[in-house]
Amino acid sequence: MEKTALYNFHKNLGAKFVPFAGYEMPIQYKDGIVKEHINTRQSAGFFDVSHMGQFFVSGGRSTELSLEKIIPLDFKEIKMNQSKYSFLINDEGGVIDDLIITRVENGFNIILNAACKDNDIKEIAKCLNSESKYELRKDLSLIALQGPKAETILETIIKGVKELKFMNGNYFKFLEKKIYITRSGYTGEDGFEISVPNVIVENLIKLLTDKDAKPIGLGARDTLRLEAGLCLYGHELNQEINPIQANLKWAISKKRRETGGFKGWENIKKDLQNGVSKIRVGVKPTGKIIAREGTKIYSNTGEEIGIITSGTYGPSVNSPVAMGYVKSKFSEIDNKILIEVRGKKHEAKVSKLPFYKKSYVK
Amino acid sequence: MSEKKYSKKHEWIMLDGESATVGISKHATEMLGDIVFVELPEKGKSLNKEEKAAVVESTKAASDVYTPVSGEIMETNQPIVDDPSNVNKDPENNGWFFKIKVKDKSELDSLMSQPDYEKFVKDNPN
Repeated sequence: MEKTALYNFHKNLGAKFVPFAGYEMPIQYKDGIVKEHINTRQSAGFFDVSHMGQFFVSGGRSTELSLEKIIPLDFKEIKMNQSKYSFLINDEGGVIDDLIITRVENGFNIILNAACKDNDIKEIAKCLNSESKYELRKDLSLIALQGPKAETILETIIKGVKELKFMNGNYFKFLEKKIYITRSGYTGEDGFEISVPNVIVENLIKLLTDKDAKPIGLGARDTLRLEAGLCLYGHELNQEINPIQANLKWAISKKRRETGGFKGWENIKKDLQNGVSKIRVGVKPTGKIIAREGTKIYSNTGEEIGIITSGTYGPSVNSPVAMGYVKSKFSEIDNKILIEVRGKKHEAKVSKLPFYKKSYVK
Repeated sequence: MSEKKYSKKHEWIMLDGESATVGISKHATEMLGDIVFVELPEKGKSLNKEEKAAVVESTKAASDVYTPVSGEIMETNQPIVDDPSNVNKDPENNGWFFKIKVKDKSELDSLMSQPDYEKFVKDNPN
């Protein structure tokens, strides 16, 4: 089992650990998931997401064209220091992984899911030519700082971060070392993701805690992203689901939706033209019942129409929240559906996403 | 009222005359974390010892609560359904789950005393 550079730091903070994607990761700290969640929404929390892959690819235009085979973005339109959410696509159009890619000096930073990163790198490498160089940066940690106070807190430690626009990044200096910060995150809050050398990550975290940012575990990360309607790989996304079914058409560049030229294009084109048979939706149970992953979804006439892929209690909306896939004709917002929990059917509605909305910094 | 007893599945039970009050231990709530949903049995339902009686859910997962003795459900604690955090706040008093009419008091004999339960928890940390 691998550990991040902050393992002992988490331990001293009273973290409970769980095995996650081959890493021992904090699921929660002393405050517990609900308090950690609320704290992120009301103030600021930091997350150690160093288990995620920080993959750097360098090369010129031919590298970009190689990446375009497997990532359905128009690389020409990615500006310097701009980040984009997208995917690695397989030959059938299924999602190998979802990712954030940022154009930096001499290439791209790609943030990959921990559980997928080794396979991702193989898949990316297959598309690259000899001109491209690539490296998984194990010498770097990744810290997310999220919440309405994230900007004020980080600005006192690293001058200039407040100028960053949403889904944009830049290099900054911390303890004489070059670090890269993007204005992004996966909680539905304003915030930053900070790529920082392992050797100084603890110094940064200590400053964050001094400024009253609280440690947040994977438990609250999950409730936060679910309220924000964001997909989690292995739940809403997998190799058998394509981005159109996942209702993430927007994460394929407009030009690429018209001209294709990437893996799985034939299937994706078909779904773009004819519509999809099943689609990802938000599901809001009417009562208090929680619909967990694997819960069957029925129409209100009793026809089985889909399945829940993630579900929990949303502390900020104070009600259960879930996402799942339903047959497209049942996907209209506010459509009444039924969820089967412990052998009993309960009322629910197709809900618009996100369940919880906060405005990002433009 | 008699001595509070504990099951290996982390329920507590306290006998009072012909009926007993059942809940989950403080240790159980600490393992579960924040409880966000509680489902209680219907009044009048007859259950056998160690049969599923209730459900508690944390943000992470759902867990079953079993009855440590056989009997008929007489009363349930609605305040923990309305606000499940009441279980975390006071698991072994106000956070009780249900009262059950005890069919056979000898079923309590096989349950653990508080010191025995504390030792059991220490020996079985998960």
